[in-house]
Formats: sequence, C-alpha cells, structure tokens
Amino acid sequence: MAVAVPSSVSPAGSDTPSVGSRLVAAVKDAAGTALLALGLAVPILALRLDQDINNQPFLRPRWDYVATAVAVAFAARLAYLLIRPAFAGRRAAPTRATAPAATSARRIAQALAVGGLILLVIYPLLMLALVGRAGAIKWIDNFGIQILIYVMLGWGLNIVVGLAGLLDLGYVAFYAVGAYSTALLVHNFGFGFWLCLPLAGIFAALWGILLGFPVLRLRGDYLAIVTLAFGEIIRLVLINWVPVTNGYAGISGIPRPTFFGLPFNASDEGFAAFFGLEFTPLHRTIFLFYVILALALLTNWVTLRLRRLPVGRAWEALREDEIACRSLGINTTNTKLTAFAIGAGFGGFAGSFFAARQGFISPESFTFMESAIVVAIVVLGGMGSQLGVAIAAIAMIGGTEILRELDWLKQVFGPDFEPTQYRMLVFGLAMVVLMIWRPRGLIATRQPSIFLRERRAVKASLVKEGRG
Amino acid sequence: MSAADPLLAVEHLSMRFGGLIAIDDLSFAAARGEITAIIGPNGAGKTTVFNCVTGFYKPSGGRIVLSLGGPPAPEALDTLTASGRRSRVTAAGSIFLLERMPDHEVAAHAKVARTFQNIRLFPGMTVLENLIVAQHNPLMRASGWTVLGLLGARRYLAAERQAVDRARYWLDQTALTDRADDAAGDLPYGAQRRLEIARAMCTQPQLLCLDEPAAGLNPRETADLTELLQSIRRAHALSILLIEHDMSVVMGISDHVVVLDYGQKIADGAPESVRNDPKVIAAYLGVEDREVAEAEAEIAR
Repeated sequence: MAVAVPSSVSPAGSDTPSVGSRLVAAVKDAAGTALLALGLAVPILALRLDQDINNQPFLRPRWDYVATAVAVAFAARLAYLLIRPAFAGRRAAPTRATAPAATSARRIAQALAVGGLILLVIYPLLMLALVGRAGAIKWIDNFGIQILIYVMLGWGLNIVVGLAGLLDLGYVAFYAVGAYSTALLVHNFGFGFWLCLPLAGIFAALWGILLGFPVLRLRGDYLAIVTLAFGEIIRLVLINWVPVTNGYAGISGIPRPTFFGLPFNASDEGFAAFFGLEFTPLHRTIFLFYVILALALLTNWVTLRLRRLPVGRAWEALREDEIACRSLGINTTNTKLTAFAIGAGFGGFAGSFFAARQGFISPESFTFMESAIVVAIVVLGGMGSQLGVAIAAIAMIGGTEILRELDWLKQVFGPDFEPTQYRMLVFGLAMVVLMIWRPRGLIATRQPSIFLRERRAVKASLVKEGRG
Repeated sequence: MSAADPLLAVEHLSMRFGGLIAIDDLSFAAARGEITAIIGPNGAGKTTVFNCVTGFYKPSGGRIVLSLGGPPAPEALDTLTASGRRSRVTAAGSIFLLERMPDHEVAAHAKVARTFQNIRLFPGMTVLENLIVAQHNPLMRASGWTVLGLLGARRYLAAERQAVDRARYWLDQTALTDRADDAAGDLPYGAQRRLEIARAMCTQPQLLCLDEPAAGLNPRETADLTELLQSIRRAHALSILLIEHDMSVVMGISDHVVVLDYGQKIADGAPESVRNDPKVIAAYLGVEDREVAEAEAEIAR
C-alpha cells in the first residue's frame, strides 16, 4: 500500500482537520488502494483457463471477481481510515498510567493461569455433564488431549526458542524419536508405556545433544536451516529404514497406558471391572486426558523452576548476548546443549504419549508441518511466555477443530462449502493480523526471574530474540 | 619492564590476522594490586591485547602468564609451559597460561573479568539479573548442576541469597540500587557503563580488564568513575588493566602505563615519564620521524 501512505499522512499534519476534508482524503487514499488492488487482481483473477465441451482450452473472463476484489479493497481501506482515529485516541490515553496497568496485567495473567488450571482439571467432567457420553469423547479427545499435546510441545520448544534464543525448525524430530522409541521398545522388548515414557524422553534428549553438537557454531538463519534438515533426515530415515521402522506402513499395536497395571478394556482384569463400573471407552479417554495434563504441567513446572536456576538465567543471557556470557565464565557450549537436550526431552515425552494414545504411528505424523505449527505457537504466544504459548496452542489447534464443527456455514455458502479447507487461509490471516497488532506475540513482556523490591515486567522491545 | 610481583606477564605476544600484524612481539607486565593502563592511537592493537589476555583470540605466538597467590617459581613455570597443560593449581599459588585457555575458562578459573568497548549488557534482563548471571559458576555448583536446585534444595536458596547480597553490595558501590529492578537496556549510558563494571566485579576477579570505561561519559561521570576504580582497588586488592583514551583518567589513576603503536610497545613506565616521552608524543601527534630523531638527540644531550 505504498501508494496510499502519503495521502493518509497529510490530514494528520494539519492541526484540526475538518470532517469533510478528512473524508475526502480518506476517499482519495482508498481510491489509491483500489487502484493497487485492480493492478493485482487483473493478472491474478481476470482470466481463467477452462476447457470447453470439446476439451479445447479457452479463456473465461471473470471481471466480476476483479470488481468484487477492488470494491472490497476500497471499502476496507476507507473503513480503516475512518475508524482509525478512534483507535489512536484510545491507545494514546492509557500511557500515563503504565505502572498500575502493568500490575493489573500481571494480576489478569495470574487469574487466567489459575482459572485455566481449574477449568482443565474439571474439563472432562464438565464435558460429560454438558454434552453427554456420546459427545464427550470427541470433546475430550479432539479438543482436550490434542490441544494439550501441542501445549506441551510448545512449552518444550519454548525452552530452546524462547529462552535460549536458538531457532529450531526441526523440533518434530524429537517428537518422532519419542514416539518411535516407545513403539520399538514395546515391540522388541515388551516394555509397558510407563517404562517407555521416561526412556523416550532420555533418548530424545540424547538426540537433542547429537543435533546440538554440529549446530553449536551456527547462528540465526543457518541454525534454522540445519535444524529443519535434521527434522527431515529423521523422517526420511523412518520412511526408508523399513526392517526396523516398517516404513510408510508404520507401527501399530502400541499398548495404551494402564492405570497402575489395570488396562482399559472390557476384560475381567480391566479398569472398569476392578472398580465395578460399566465398561466404556470413555474411561480411557479421560485417563489419557489426565496423563497428558500431568505431563504438560510437569513441563511447565520444570521450565518455571529452571528459569530461576543458574542454567535458565544463562539461557536467557545467551539469548541476550553470547559474548558477554563467555566473558563472565559461562560455558556457552554446555549451556546450548542443555537447552537442546531438555527441550528435546519434553518433545520425546510428548511423542511417547502420542504413540500410546494413537496406538499406531507412521512417518506421516512427523512432517515439517508439525514443526512449523509448534514454532508458530511459540512465536504467536510470545517467545518465553508460558501463558502466551498455552493460549496460542488453544487458538491454533482448537481453532482447527472448531472449523470442523462449523457445519452451519454450509447453509450460508452452499452445500459444497467445506470449512476445513479454509483452515490455512484463516490461520494465515490470523497470523498476519496478530503480527501487525502484536509483533512480539500475545504476551511479549518478559517477567524477571528475581527482583529486589518490586517485580517489573521488561518491555518487549528490550528483550532480544536471539540469533542462535 | 619486569615488575617486582607481576600478576600478569605478557611475553613476546604476537597476533596476526592473515597478513596484518596486529601485535608484534609485545612484552609487558601488570603488577599485583596496581592499575596498568594501555594507551595508544586508534588501531594500535590495544583491544587485540585485551582479547588475547581474556581468551577471545588465540594469539599467534608468545606466552601470557597469570599467577595467583604470589610470583610463580621459574622452574614450575617452565615445567608447565613444556607440559602443554593450561594451568597448575596448587595450594601455594596457581599459574595459568592464558593463551592456551578458552575465554570462559579464563574468566572462570584464572579470575579475569572484562568489560567491552561497546557495552555488552543483557538488555532484556533486569539490572539485578545481570549481576546474578555474573555469579553463574558458584551458583551452578550450589544448585548441584541444576539437579538439586530443581528439587528446591536449601543449599541453593542460601547461595542465591548470598548472590543477591553480593549484587546489592555492587549496586550500592555503583549507585544503581534504585534501578535494580529495571531492565538493563533502559538505563542511561553512564549507568550502563557502571553496571558493566559491577557485573564484572560480581565474578570476583583478581584482574579486571576495562576497555575504555570512560568513553562517552561526561566530565562529572568520568570523575565518579575514577573514584570508583580507586575505591575498588583499595577495598578488594584488585589489579586493573585499563585501556583508555581519556588522559585525565589514565594519568590520574594508573601506576604504570604501556604505550602501543602499530602493535609495538613504544614506551612503558610511570605516567609522568610516559607523558614526556618524545616517541609517545610523536605517535599521538604524528610528528615526522626526522623530528623524533632530533628530539631524541636533544634529550640525550
């Protein structure tokens, strides 16, 4: 919108622009935008290559599309320009009372965290009460468990990306290592889930160190590329090492977690029979929900603790200035490796849980798309912010699931309309909007790990993003 | 050149970057408990010397000996140099060959702290956090390499309280206590310079290397800095290695001045003698060589 900018600036320059002159300026500006939209729309939308009844290609003009696009651009820009002063006025006002605003923001965050925790603990029962047994499985499984897996992945990656400032685009590799080590340990050694879970975390952490060594010298974009490649290497190995991983066909028959040795099945030794309940698959779903909830909370607790320990402070110092770290006697090699290892370990836990929940895994679950989603969650949430990451995971993953539920949209757009196909479009839009509105993520301020008199959040603009 | 009890002895140090010789056969010593200033025109190689001493650069040649707890026994030093090891730590005293050590070990084991010409704080962390990060190594040990700390061990909490006390002491010394909970990046320039010194001091160094601490300070702040450095030296039996362009600071507080030009030492001695050295004057004012020779001849007469 380079065309539009100069004319939008001019009314602000005069002292008190009259409503009329502002309107004229806005219309001019919007006309510029419309022109730009026309220029873009003609090559993209105006002509469509189609085949006629004899399979001969012909160009079908679609000027109505172009007209719609231009009209939308014009209207949107005009509306924006007319509404903006109202926003600007509102935004300018609260700067005077920054200090109380900061403490109230903290209180809101605390209330959100506590309220969210209570809601999570009662969530399965709440769903059971609200939608009944038949609907509850879907809500607990698709929403609850699915979102919590991503919350956990987000929190795990937050250690690497948010705290240590090392951009890791191959996080899914550790998720895969966790899942496959669980599956392989089960099949080859007959281990149960509860033994596999810690082992999967340890293996993933070892792989984290293995990845860490070659990338120690890399920074920023180069680090991102190598980690991305690492994720792809792991996936390709899983596909091609057929004798061990069974390739594309994947590994099935992974046993579900047991409740202190009681399996969730209809047998006489099962959970339902032991407690004298009527058997229903709901028991297992609810149990899985609490397992992943506990795992996610463990991740959060460990991360919060680590932030107040020297290792966590060294991670953040590393993100801020690596050379200064070294001048203070901090071994940056070890610091980076611990960040990779601990972040990867949590990814491994999540992967192990994923394998046990699905009962079946294949390389298709561990594509780059998963890494991208987890990175997007961390970035959208605000790097380093635990609450922000949780909110972003709910919005990203819950949003996807919600789109599946929007069947009523078919009544608006016709029966061929499939809301899930617009998932990526909606996400793209949401991200663009968020990056304009909050370029450093939902919760961008940094909470100090220790304070002398009063805890004051650090402005987002001061916190470095880390360059590897 | 040889001080009675050198803490730091730089011997025949040279540093080449490709074809460029940044330091050429430089030898000097910094005496224990004294302030040694390194001065010289821009590009003389002062910061390169610092980077070699603090382990950020691997020197192309020469030896940098740091001895804690008294002058090193010559035979012990020779054995250590021949052995290829980095250091010899005994109860009586320790010898470190800094040119063999990576930067973080120089800071952690040889107790050398430094500041940077362009301030390098952790801008997104608070002033207090900056000072706590500086005490990383003792805290890391107290936290049982994270394991005990994760379990909330009392030993770690006590160590952290101690670290806060030390940070408080240095905040008081540098007049930053009121800004302790503000982000370091929010401080004014002069306060950032002071914080960098406080952070270096929190590592409990034996040798403090300051790279142009007075750069960008106003006369008032410069005077405060001079006072701070002198009080630090008095109270903590510390040796200071100083790079500075502000001659009022250099002449006011240093016990010993080394002058570099084009990577070579052109003068070495007490501030007054260096100030009147014609070679130094020539290096700073750019006098022609002929005039230097004449001046030298005059002095000789």
